This record gives sequence, C-alpha cells and structure tokens, in this order.
Amino acid sequence: MQAHRWRRAAAAVAVGALAVAAGCGSDNSSSSNSKLPTKIGKGEGQLNLVAWEGYTQSEWVKPFEKQTGCKVKSKFAGSSDEMVTLMRQGGGSQYDMVSASGDASLRLIRGGDVKPVNVKLIPGWNDFIPQLQSPSHNTVDGKHYGVSVQWGPNVLLYNTKSVTPAPTSWSTIYGSTYKGKVTVPDNPIQIADAALYLSKTNPSLGIKDPYELNDKQLNASVDLLKKQKPLIKKYWALSSDESDLFKNGDAVIGAAWPIAVKTLESDNQPVKDTIPKEGATGWADTWMLSAKAKHPNCAYLWMKYISEPKPQAQQAVSYGETPVNEKACPLMDQIEKGSCARLHANAPASYFNSIKFWKTPISDCGDGKKDCKDYTVWQQKWQEIKG
Amino acid sequence: MAGDQGLAVLAGRPPGAARRFSAWLFRRPWLRAGLTLSPPLGWFVLIYLAALAALLVSAFWSVDPFTSEITHSWTTENFKSLIDEPTYREIALRTIGIAAAVTVTDAILAFPFAYFAVRVAPGRIQTALFVLVLLPLWSSYLVRVYAWRLILAHDGALNWSLDKLHLGSVNVGYSNWAMWIVFSYIWLPFMIVPVWTAIERVPESLLEASMDLGGSAWRTFREVLLPLALPGLVAGSIFTFSLTLGDYITPTLVGGASSDFIGNVVYRNVGVANNVPFAAAFATVPMVVMGVYLLVARRLGAFEAL
Repeated sequence: MQAHRWRRAAAAVAVGALAVAAGCGSDNSSSSNSKLPTKIGKGEGQLNLVAWEGYTQSEWVKPFEKQTGCKVKSKFAGSSDEMVTLMRQGGGSQYDMVSASGDASLRLIRGGDVKPVNVKLIPGWNDFIPQLQSPSHNTVDGKHYGVSVQWGPNVLLYNTKSVTPAPTSWSTIYGSTYKGKVTVPDNPIQIADAALYLSKTNPSLGIKDPYELNDKQLNASVDLLKKQKPLIKKYWALSSDESDLFKNGDAVIGAAWPIAVKTLESDNQPVKDTIPKEGATGWADTWMLSAKAKHPNCAYLWMKYISEPKPQAQQAVSYGETPVNEKACPLMDQIEKGSCARLHANAPASYFNSIKFWKTPISDCGDGKKDCKDYTVWQQKWQEIKG
Repeated sequence: MAGDQGLAVLAGRPPGAARRFSAWLFRRPWLRAGLTLSPPLGWFVLIYLAALAALLVSAFWSVDPFTSEITHSWTTENFKSLIDEPTYREIALRTIGIAAAVTVTDAILAFPFAYFAVRVAPGRIQTALFVLVLLPLWSSYLVRVYAWRLILAHDGALNWSLDKLHLGSVNVGYSNWAMWIVFSYIWLPFMIVPVWTAIERVPESLLEASMDLGGSAWRTFREVLLPLALPGLVAGSIFTFSLTLGDYITPTLVGGASSDFIGNVVYRNVGVANNVPFAAAFATVPMVVMGVYLLVARRLGAFEAL
C-alpha cells in the first residue's frame, strides 16, 4: 500500500519534470542586427574568444590588452564542429568571437549565430589579398560576417629518419608501407582529403570539388578511408597529441597542421613537412562576431588590431601559416629571415588557387542538382569509418 | 515562546501546541517517517530522478541538421539508428566487452591479494598493504593515465626495459590492450576493498572445520571461502564494471584507431556535434546494462557486503 503511494508520487514528480523539460524550449529569435556601427566605442574591458590552439599567444595578445584594456579570455576548440557548438551553447552569448574556418563559417551565418561587421572600421582590411576580402565563406549578399585572418594548407608530416625516400604523394598514408605508424586528424572534414587524392588518382569518379561529393564519390572516399584504418595508429584530436605520437615514435607519417611541425622542429625532432603532388586541402579562417556578443566594442578593437601588419606577421610566423594582410611580409622577415617566402606570403594567386579550402559540404552541388551529401552525412560516415 | 512552552510542560500545566503536535505525530508513525525522510528524498527525486527523466525524454527528440536547434516532437529515430547502424552496436559491444574483461582481471588479481593481506600477513604489514592499495587514489586520475601513456608508448619505459632484457619490443601503446591494462590498474583498489572486507568476515573456524573434515585446500577454497566471499567479489565487480562502462577519458588518451567507447560517442554528440537527443539515446544503453547487472548482483547477495 505504502509502496504504491510512493510510486504514484514519483510518477507525479516525473511528469512534472517532463513538463519543465518540455517548457524549456529554445528561444529562436536570432538578433541579427541589420544596423552596422559607424564607429568603435570604448572597450568593455573583456573579450571572450573561441580560438584554435595557437591563435591567441601572449606575444600579440598582451600588446592588445595593454593598448585597449580589453582582457582576452580564450577557449580552444579542437575542431570546427566544436567551434559551432561552443558558439551556440548557453544561448550564444558566452563568447564574443570565434576564429572559424571555412567549414564552420557558413553554418554559423545560416544559423544566425554571428552578425554582420562593418569592415570600414577595420583599416587593415584594405590591405588584404583580394581573394580574402569578401570570400564566399564569410561574405553573404555583400554582408561581411567578420574579417579573414590567416590561411594555409594541411601538410604531410613525416619523420626524416624512418621515412625514406621523402614522400611526394598522399599515397604514403593510404598504402601499407608505414602500417601502424600513420596518424590523421579525428575530423569528418578528413573525407575531403581522401576525395582530393581520388580526384587525381581515379579520374573516372569525376570528383571536381572534394567538398561536393555525390553518393558514389562519397562512398569511394569513405571506402578508401576504411581501407586506411588498419594502418592508423591513432586519430588525433588535438595537435599536441600528434606531436606526442611523433616524439615517442608511435607515428612516423601523417596529415598535420603546421603548428605540429613547428612544435616538433623547435624540439629538434627529425621531421619535415611537404605538400604532395596531388595538392592539399587547407583552411582560411575568419574572426567572426557573435550575434549576441556582450563586448562588441572590444570585438571590433580586436578585429582592427589583428588585421594590422605586425600581429599578422607575428601570428603567421608563430603558427606557420599565411597572413591575409599583404603588408605583413617584410615584418615576417624581420622576425624570422626568409619566413615570408617560406610561408608563401608573397606567392602569386596561383598558389592560393591550388589549395582546396575547407568549406561546409551542402546538398547543393552548385550545378542545380541537389544530389550532393551534406555535412550531417559526412559526420555519420566518419563515425562509421572509426567504428 | 518555545521556552515558555517548555516551562509549561515541565510545570505539568495543560500541554502546549508543540507538545500536542508531537503527540499527534507520535500516533502517526508513517507521517513521522515521511517528514524525516522528505529532505533527502526530495533531493533524490529532484536532482537524480528528474535528471534521468529529462534524459529519457530528450532521447526521443531530434535535432534540426541545419540550425542545430532541438526539435521537440516525438521520434524513435535515435533508437532506430542505434539498432540499425552496425557501428554503434560494435561500440556498445566493445565497451561492455572491455568492462567485463577488466572486471574479471581485477577479480583474479584482487582475491589472492586480499586473502594474503587478511589471513597471512601480520598486523603491521596488513596496515601497510591497505595504505598501498589506497595510495594511488591520492593522485589524479589523469596523471595516472598519462603515466601509463608514457610507459606504453613505442619509445616508452616498457619497451626500453624489454630492450635492455633483450626481449624485443611490444606494440601495445594506443590500442585496446593498452585500455585493458590501464583500466585494470585504475579500478583495482575498488575491487580489493570489498573483497578484503568479505574475506575478513568469513570466520576462521569454518575454514578449519573444512580442513578437519578432510577437505583439501582447493576444496575449502571452492566450497567454503569462495561462496562466502562471493558477495564481496560481486560488489567489487559493480564498481569496476560500471566505472569502465562510463569512462571516456582513458579511451581518448590511450586508445588506438578503433577504441571509441559509448562515452566517447556521447561526449562527441554533446560537445562537438551538438546532438543531445542522440547522446541521450545512447546513454540509455549503459543504464540498461547496469540495471540488469545490479539485478543479478542483488540475487548474488552483493548488497549485503557493501
């Protein structure tokens, strides 16, 4: 009898909990303000950033804090997916800005998580390379959703002692020569790397853009990655994990970001990186402004500062990537001789065009047909590959 | 006021309100028990059961793929893809399999250790052993897992030692073997302590009686000691099994190319893919597994040894 009563009470509480849970619906209002600011006001004293590891080094953040009084707090994300999630968590007002790559920026724009920016308030923008002033991944209908920051290729990293001769093709990470010693990023966008390789080695598939894959092309790429899996030591989630794998001899070859190369080189490890003959995927990052930013003035001050030649050069050399501001080149050579040429900051447009930049796969292939697979499918396939 | 009433009661005058209330309570034992228990029970219901209910409900929701907003309409799609996709089945089986392997390993390691400590070792050594068992728990879980990562790495301490002994090298770093070793190490104290208590509770006289009646050492172990200590073993296994089942840090740090646990998929769906409903659906799997496990454990009398 008593037990029965308790059960009824518990049921009532459970129903109450359901009602509460159901009531906590989402607030759909995206406050994308169409009115752009015409001048930058006084800083709010704080700036919360979601950034790639290595994008907010004290070398260039300290001078900014001193100059503007905006205290920078950064949260590092390991993947574009994580960045999107962080920008949406807690109603989207937790972070002011995000250093989104091209495969996240459009998702943030369409989701109403970021708002347009007045580039006239950012003098450095005029010195950007033309391709990255209004690229399609951050500029929609003539509205700029942030400013470009840096770009670069995803490279093939290898141990010069164990990997001879020096690799010239991505086939080294798909063939069995280095079985159990290969590492690649734990990231669905890695499917594009396989697609890029297939576009050169298997032309009959007709892959033109590694981010626009139909069912057959996607399955071929996924099959290649499934065949690659037995060769993999570990799918790395953080760039520092990859450095560990190389340092301890667990991996000798793999796909990498330049920061891992930089870390290992400064640790005197016998490593080198290369862009194989099939070309490379790459990233072009944008500092984007949250639609519900609590510190918009500091955010504008940051965009203004980070577009200037000096911080551009500092970040480029520190991370090992290419600045968007063309005036950064001479400053880079001041920091490290030859770094401007090494990091392609003065390279012709053809170099930029040879990199297949990350973008969000959508079902629209651009040819009017909607038979491409969108990013949700990519995510599922990636889980399938990892098993 | 309260003091006045107390004085009134002492003076034997007509009972005050407090006195009458307490007498009224005295005649209603169920209400008394209810009032005493309601704060902890309220806490339990609100914090624990409500959270579970919210989890179960959100497992039936879905996420709009483009805006990542949660769609509040009922669908069994999440459970369907859990059952249909061989990937998730594989991950669930891997998680349960390694949890079971870790439990068995820890049981085999813990029993002789606890027996030696309780029955053979003299008092002072017994205390020292107990401290040694608990000592690892003083340092952070992460530190211990990272230490193992360094030991098991290709150029790590293990291969270095094997090389010095001219035994070649092994390739266990970043694999399911590494996870098995690390989990077995990390949860071992949680098995030793309940087994220790259980063996301590078995009267020496029973073992002597078995011997006196001509039972061999093996038979005494099998038919007297083991059945009596079984509840402790089962209690310990609840810890090792459930702790392994819910972990996702060790697979991330020491696991290899195919080492995802249920926890990793849940973590990625919440923190990376922003698909909370699917994470909730997958999280029900370990809940069901543990529910069954606890029912079996109760049958075996584990809760008497906790």
